[in-house]
Amino acid sequence: VPDATGLELLAQELRDADEAAVLDTSHFRGKAALIVEPRRIREVLQFLLGKGFTFLASVHGLDYFPEEPRLGVHYELLDMREVDRITVKLRVPTDAPEVPSVTPEWPTADHQEREVYDMFGVIFADHPDPRRILMPEDYEGYPQRRDFPIGGEPVLFTFNEQNMPGWWENRPEQQPPNE
Amino acid sequence: MSIADDKPAVRQPQLDYRQMEESVELSHVEHPDSDELLTINIGPHHPATHGVLRLLCTLEGETIREMKPLIGYVHTGIEKTAEDKSYWKAIPVVERMDYLAYFFNAHAFCGAVETLLDLEVPKRAQYLRVIHFELNRIMSHLVWLGTSALDIGAISMFWYCFRDREQVLDLFEMSTGQRMHTRYIQVGGVMEDIPVGFPRKVREFTSIFPDRVDQFADLLERNEIVLQRLRNVATVPEERLLALGVSGPLLRATGNPWDLRKAQPYSSYEDFEFAIPVGTVGDNYDRFRVRMQEMKESVRIIEQALDGLPEGPYITPDRKYALPPRHELATSMEALIHHFKLVTEGYRVPPGEVYYPIESPRGEMGCFIRADGSAKPARVHMRDPSFVNLQALRDMTVNTYVADLIATLAMLDPILGGIDR
Repeated sequence: VPDATGLELLAQELRDADEAAVLDTSHFRGKAALIVEPRRIREVLQFLLGKGFTFLASVHGLDYFPEEPRLGVHYELLDMREVDRITVKLRVPTDAPEVPSVTPEWPTADHQEREVYDMFGVIFADHPDPRRILMPEDYEGYPQRRDFPIGGEPVLFTFNEQNMPGWWENRPEQQPPNE
Repeated sequence: MSIADDKPAVRQPQLDYRQMEESVELSHVEHPDSDELLTINIGPHHPATHGVLRLLCTLEGETIREMKPLIGYVHTGIEKTAEDKSYWKAIPVVERMDYLAYFFNAHAFCGAVETLLDLEVPKRAQYLRVIHFELNRIMSHLVWLGTSALDIGAISMFWYCFRDREQVLDLFEMSTGQRMHTRYIQVGGVMEDIPVGFPRKVREFTSIFPDRVDQFADLLERNEIVLQRLRNVATVPEERLLALGVSGPLLRATGNPWDLRKAQPYSSYEDFEFAIPVGTVGDNYDRFRVRMQEMKESVRIIEQALDGLPEGPYITPDRKYALPPRHELATSMEALIHHFKLVTEGYRVPPGEVYYPIESPRGEMGCFIRADGSAKPARVHMRDPSFVNLQALRDMTVNTYVADLIATLAMLDPILGGIDR
């Protein structure tokens, strides 16, 4: 794991290339993290790729509600030769949740970015296949957001069908069940 | 139904379900030899998909020209549920993600919480965890071997593997009280010490199991049908697998010895001597061989952990995080208060974000937790190896026969509970 000095060196090198790329750095429990400007994410990951972080282990989405900007995306990078890990974090607001997709350079991000879109509504620009992945395709809302209530989706069973009058409404293609 | 009221400015066009289905674009596929392309669904309900997985395949004759996995059929919102539970009550739900690797799920979660708390785990607890990890790895690989062999037509393998798996599950029942989803691993250690006689039972199993693996190998590896189904099928080069984020036995089959147990040892794995089996070319046969050998290495680790099992506490003595022993409750007011606090509110975790990766039977399983200072996690995300590895299925199967797809999927070993979470 890059130590505090190594992390600052990395951040400085990034800032030399592009003044606005790195917003902040953090070191928590022995783990280094770069907080970057969302629009520069592709360049930052490309730079870290050149530094040996060749394996994108994971992409996480998260919601910082009630802090602003609310939505966050984390990229966990791994250097298999030096056995080093670094996290790249970015945050976007909910009214313009756009992040450039890194899928063209990192094919592994494909499913993971789709999951972040599905769960948090972060739009990944230039993603080759920007659809929901786990939730139904016609689903509305982003269930992992913090203000989405747990149990927000009524589950339809035979026994409670009568208790949900008009559950089929807003579904134009479907016919109401035969009474 | 209530949803988030702040609608994002940028929205996907609202299509109905049928139109969305059509958005799965497969028409760009070139087909020089014949004009006849056939799109078929394999799954979602099909015994060979190892769960509720749907594969949308475009075939030209018997050859797959394009393939897309469609997932989400067993999405149960476990990550959302975990946000509503205090840390130690989230362990049982997290365990149910990858239902063949429950000790690994629990440990990825507990390890992340322990990192956040900066909590030391006693040595005995680490060894007890390792024993259960490796038994779990054997159990998971046995299910893989049995069902995979079933997929390529070797029915008797299934019974042999499940016979031995039963033996492992009996061991779990003996030490934890449950066969599956044991809630054995707790933050700071394990739930309780192993019972008297457990080491002897484990040794009974480990003394016989390497021979069993050899028997399985004899049954399969000299079988011409199995060899033809596996050798030089679905080869993907190492660089491509790394770009796709694939880890675990699939990556090791190409000769890359990446294993977190060796590379970034956790839970005292540095104390044990074991080898990392690797393959050579990365075809289905290598994937098969790597997992077979891994089972034997797991046996070695278990025996070393039993030999060197240290004395001491099995869970952290810090009463702020671990329940006090039952007998203290009758005599100690302090213990009663701690017990009450832990069971009602739970402990608070200082704010922070950690990612804790471990080596599950299928590759890197990482748990990301964001703590906001309260007694419940603000975000739990599992980097499930099956979810990421599934992306490699397209590279493995395009331009192979549809019959090989079944064998390849079996060798990929996806667990849909982990993929959909």
